[in-house]
Formats: sequence, structure tokens, C-alpha cells
Amino acid sequence: MLKMTHLSKVYRTEVVETYALRDFSIHVKEGEFVAVTGPSGSGKTTFLTIAGLLEEFTGGQYQLDGADVHGLNDNQRSRLRNQKIGFIFQSFNLIPDLNVFDNVDVPLRYRRLPGAERRKRINEALERVGLLARSKHYPAELSGGQQQRVAIARALAGGPRLLLADEPTGNLDTQMARGVMQLLEELHRDGATIVMVTHDPELAARAQREVRIVDGQVIDLAAPTHLVENPATRPAV
Amino acid sequence: MLGYYLHLALRTLRRNVILTSLIIAAVGVGIGAYMTILTVLIAMSGDPIPDRSDTLFVPQIDVWGPNTRPKGGTGEIRLPPQFTYRDVTAFMQAHSAPHQAAMYPVALDVTPPKGIAFSQVGRATHRDFFSMFEVPFAAGAAWSVQDETDRADVVVLGKTLAGKLFPNSSAVGQTVSLGGRLYRITGVLEAWSPTPRFYDVVNGNAFSEVEDFFIPFTTAIGHQMQTNGNYNCAVLPSSGWAGRLSSECIWFGFWAELPNATAVRNYRQYLLNYSAEQRRLGRFHWPPLVQLSNVHQWLSLMHVIPDEVRVNSLLAFGFLTVCLVNAVGLMLARFSARASEFGVRRALGATRTDIFLQCLTETAVVGVLGGMLGLALTALGLAANRASLGYLAQYVGGLMRLDPAVMALTVALAVGATLCSGLYPTWRATRVQPALQLKAQ
Repeated sequence: MLKMTHLSKVYRTEVVETYALRDFSIHVKEGEFVAVTGPSGSGKTTFLTIAGLLEEFTGGQYQLDGADVHGLNDNQRSRLRNQKIGFIFQSFNLIPDLNVFDNVDVPLRYRRLPGAERRKRINEALERVGLLARSKHYPAELSGGQQQRVAIARALAGGPRLLLADEPTGNLDTQMARGVMQLLEELHRDGATIVMVTHDPELAARAQREVRIVDGQVIDLAAPTHLVENPATRPAV
Repeated sequence: MLGYYLHLALRTLRRNVILTSLIIAAVGVGIGAYMTILTVLIAMSGDPIPDRSDTLFVPQIDVWGPNTRPKGGTGEIRLPPQFTYRDVTAFMQAHSAPHQAAMYPVALDVTPPKGIAFSQVGRATHRDFFSMFEVPFAAGAAWSVQDETDRADVVVLGKTLAGKLFPNSSAVGQTVSLGGRLYRITGVLEAWSPTPRFYDVVNGNAFSEVEDFFIPFTTAIGHQMQTNGNYNCAVLPSSGWAGRLSSECIWFGFWAELPNATAVRNYRQYLLNYSAEQRRLGRFHWPPLVQLSNVHQWLSLMHVIPDEVRVNSLLAFGFLTVCLVNAVGLMLARFSARASEFGVRRALGATRTDIFLQCLTETAVVGVLGGMLGLALTALGLAANRASLGYLAQYVGGLMRLDPAVMALTVALAVGATLCSGLYPTWRATRVQPALQLKAQ
């Protein structure tokens, strides 16, 4: 599903070069739930933004769902991102002017789906996260946990091949965090491929596998303890 | 997607009413000021005879010589704007143009069939006046060539005067008392109000009403009718009517129709030859100097459009520019404040084009709202202008109104100007780096 080989990301200024990622290799199979951990500044978020096609990389190779993403222009990356990737951000990143329904609708709009199809997907996604009854509410009227659930619904509505979560419980209290993690685990059991960046070892332990990044390099790969059977037959979420 | 962008635009505009109002106000005030001045300028500088403005000409010759002719403000040479009787009759007899007309304003007492007499301003001219200037007739026609030759007492009435004198019947064929003489009515005009009244911008105001009766030039001269316009002399004339006609006093206007460049060239040569002959005859003691101006050139030469109006239009355009620059700044602030939203949309799959169109739609909505405010302010501005024109309002005021064309131009200008000024903020919005925005969260 996600395969990076000898990837590097360098930020260059007039004075200095900074290697955010260096000789970075990772392979996430379909149906895996991988936690990416590491200290602050290790390159976790850079890895996530590159994985999500939000940033270009300097060197190496990146294949997403079997396709090499090198050389794609901005529009191609946007479309690929829209079709294959679902994002869950630490700060939820819901659009405050839009209600729950319209927030979940955003990625579907850019796919130019017909209205009926969009409504069906939105309702299914909100039902999945248990917030169908709150579809007319605005983000400011929801708790943090509910907002994160809406963000998850937004990520799911497009039927992505890959879910990327950046500290999904970072802004939540313990109880809400537990609820969100339970939801992610349910999604994984249903066949979703999830890559979750976290600095919380307890959350990392709940993933299927942990990848540790230090100074832009993978320094530790935990052996997979449990793989989803026959991942090729699992439908996308 | 356009519907989606409109939906988003209306939501966003409602969210920050103050900032939205400021942008709309900036656009509306600028548009209102500019459209007010532009409407006045268009009203005063429109082509009064679009089909023929390039073929109708006013000739000028150096009647008084270099010592007496007025100097223009920039050192330009200004020839007298009118002619002597001797010159216009020579021009008419030379037939150097296919159509030509001499003219001067007259004032006569009109004695209606019932009621008391009243004074009315008319014009003495040649019959070609009506065809040259495309004067529309409601009934009848201009007097005949024979009438002109015979100095017949014939008249063409304007619509208003004809209606006043003969409210219940056709005026054509009837007689009217003008200046104590009975004139046979050969024609009645339709409503005709060229703006400006280009054929005579020397006598009276260029935006005055058209005269309400026309009589043959030869008839007016035969009856020794004084001019009701300007009468300027470099040298005092001899006494009596004959003295006036033989003097170097200028009091006649003259127009010639010259259909093409060859005709213009030939006519210019005719004027030079005429001036040279006058010098040879001892009348002129200076080299020939002539000028030939079409309608636009004549109106410009005579400064019919006050310079203040042109200056005001430039100032108004400058003011509009300042307003739009302000709007650019406000839109930049608006879009910058939503960088995180654009970053999220990009992360969710929006292309730069999607963000561009979303912002441009929002800008267009602001432009429409600004245009509507601009319309209201333009209406107020034009009303204030009409009030300040005084007596001129009755002539020009009718053109300084919000007709459908002006309304459409106002809104189009508002939307176009807002879109142009919104291009840079919109482009900036598309340059949002989603990764940077999301990391900054």
C-alpha cells in the first residue's frame, strides 16, 4: 500500500541544509495498522505529509497503492490525495463555517460526485462514527471527541485506500481519546489501512506495528505481531 | 461547482460582516463616484450625429489677420469661429461642397391665432441644413430651392411650437405670423435634440434647446433681420443694413458636408485659394491660413466639454483606483486569515484551480454587491449633479440618469474592477502550502 525506499527530504536555505528524512524506508501493507513514533523533530510529521502527497520529497522512491508518485504535478497529487488518502489531523481541522454534513462533504465535492451519491456516503460515514443525528450542528457546538469523529467521517466518506492520522488524540482528554482509538481499531478490524503518528507509547502499543523514527531515519521496526488475513480480499473502508 | 462556490461565498461573507461591509463599501463608493462623473462626461461628450460626424465640417479662414485674432492658451492659433456675410455668400455661390448651409440665430415675435404674441428664437439657414444634419420631419418638408431663390416667406416649425399654434390640426400649409409677416408652413419637425447642439456652439449655450422655427437664410437677409447671436467686429462697420452686410463683422455660421478625404482636401484648397484671392484683391494683408474641423474637432476646438468635467473624470478614476487598492488590501487580509481553511481543502483534494475559483467567486459576489451599492450612490450623485447644473439641467439633465445601459455598465464595471483587484489576493490564496499550514496547527 505505502512503500518508501531510501527516501530523503532536505530543507535548504542559503546557509544550511536540514535533513528532515534521511535514507528513510518503510513498507506498510494493505490492512496494516502502523504507529509511527519518535521524539519531537524526528521527522514524523514530515513523513506523514510526504506520505499524504502534501509535500514533495528530495530523493528516493515512494509508491502509493502500487503507483510511483514521483514526477506528479500539483493537480495530479491533489486528485490522488482526494481519491486514495483520508486525513485525520490532531487539530481536527474542521471548517468552522460549515456544519457537520458540509464538512464531511468537502472531499466529495472535489471528486465531482453527484449529489445523491455524496449524500449517501456522508450519511453512511456519519452513521459509522455515530454522529448522524448531529449533521446540522457546527463544529463549535461539538466536543473535541465529536469533532475528531467528524474528521474521521470526513476521512472515510471518500472510501480511501489509506488513512493517515497525525496525533489523532493529541487534543483530547483521556475518555475522548479512548473513544477515538476504539473507532480507529474498529476501522482497522474492518480492513482499513491506517498509519498513525503519535508520541504516546500507550497509543502506539494499540497499533499492530510500531515504526520508530529518530533524526529522520527509521531506527527500529517492531516485528508485525498480527497481519490481517488475505489483505487483498479486504475492501477499502 | 459554481453553485458550491456561491454557497461558500455567501456563507463566508455572512461570517465576517464588518470586513465584508468594508470591502463592499470600498468598491461601491469608488464605483459610485466614478460612474457619476463618467455619466456626466458621456452625457456631455456623446456624438450628437454619429452617422455623419466625420463628414460634416466647419471651415475657418483668417478674416482679421494675425494682429487681431485671439491666441489660444497654449499658443495655438485660433481663427474666428464665424464669417462675414461676404464670405458665406461666396462659399454658397462657389458650391465647393455637395451640401452646405450658412446660418444665424434670429428672434421674432410669434402671433398665435388666439392669444398674445410671444418672442421666439429661430434660425435662418439654407435648406441643406435639414438633410445635412438629418433633421427628422413629422410632416411636410423643408422649403424648396425656388422658395430660397425667391426669398419666400416660408417656415419650418419645431414640434413644440407647431403643437402650441395648431393643437388640433396639421400645421403644414397653414400660415403663422412671425415678426408681423405671414409665413407659409412647409414642414413640422419631429422632436429633435442633438446633444450638444453642435451646429451652433458659438451663440448661446452648446446644450441649449434646438430652435423652434427655421426660415430661409435669404428671406432673413431680405427682411434685414438682425442676429440674435454674437456679432463681432474688428473694425466698426458703416451704418445701416448695407454697411453690416459689407463689413468685416462676423456673425454667420457655416457648415459643409464633405463625404470623403478627397472632398476635404479639395475644400481645404478652395479655402486657401479663396483667402489668397482676398489677399490679391487687397482685402487680406496676410498669408492665407485656414482650418477645417469635423464635428468632434469642432466641439474640441470650441471647448464645449468644460475642462473641469474631464479633469473630474480623471480624479474620479484616481479615486476609484485608491478604493480598489483598499479593497485589494482588505481581500488579502480576508484570504490570509483563511489560509488554514485553504490548507485543509488542499489536503482534502482541492487543486489550486479549485481554490482560485472559490476565491474568485467570492470576489465576484463582493463585486456584485459593491456594484449595487455603486448604483445607489451613482443615482444620488447624478441627482446632486442635476441639482447643481441649474438651468443647464433641463438640457443635459435628461441624459444624466440611470438608464438601463448605465446601470448595466455600473454593475459590470464593479464586478470587473473587483475581479481584477481580487486577482492578486486570489492568487496568493492558491499558493498556500498545505503541509506548512497543517504543521503550523
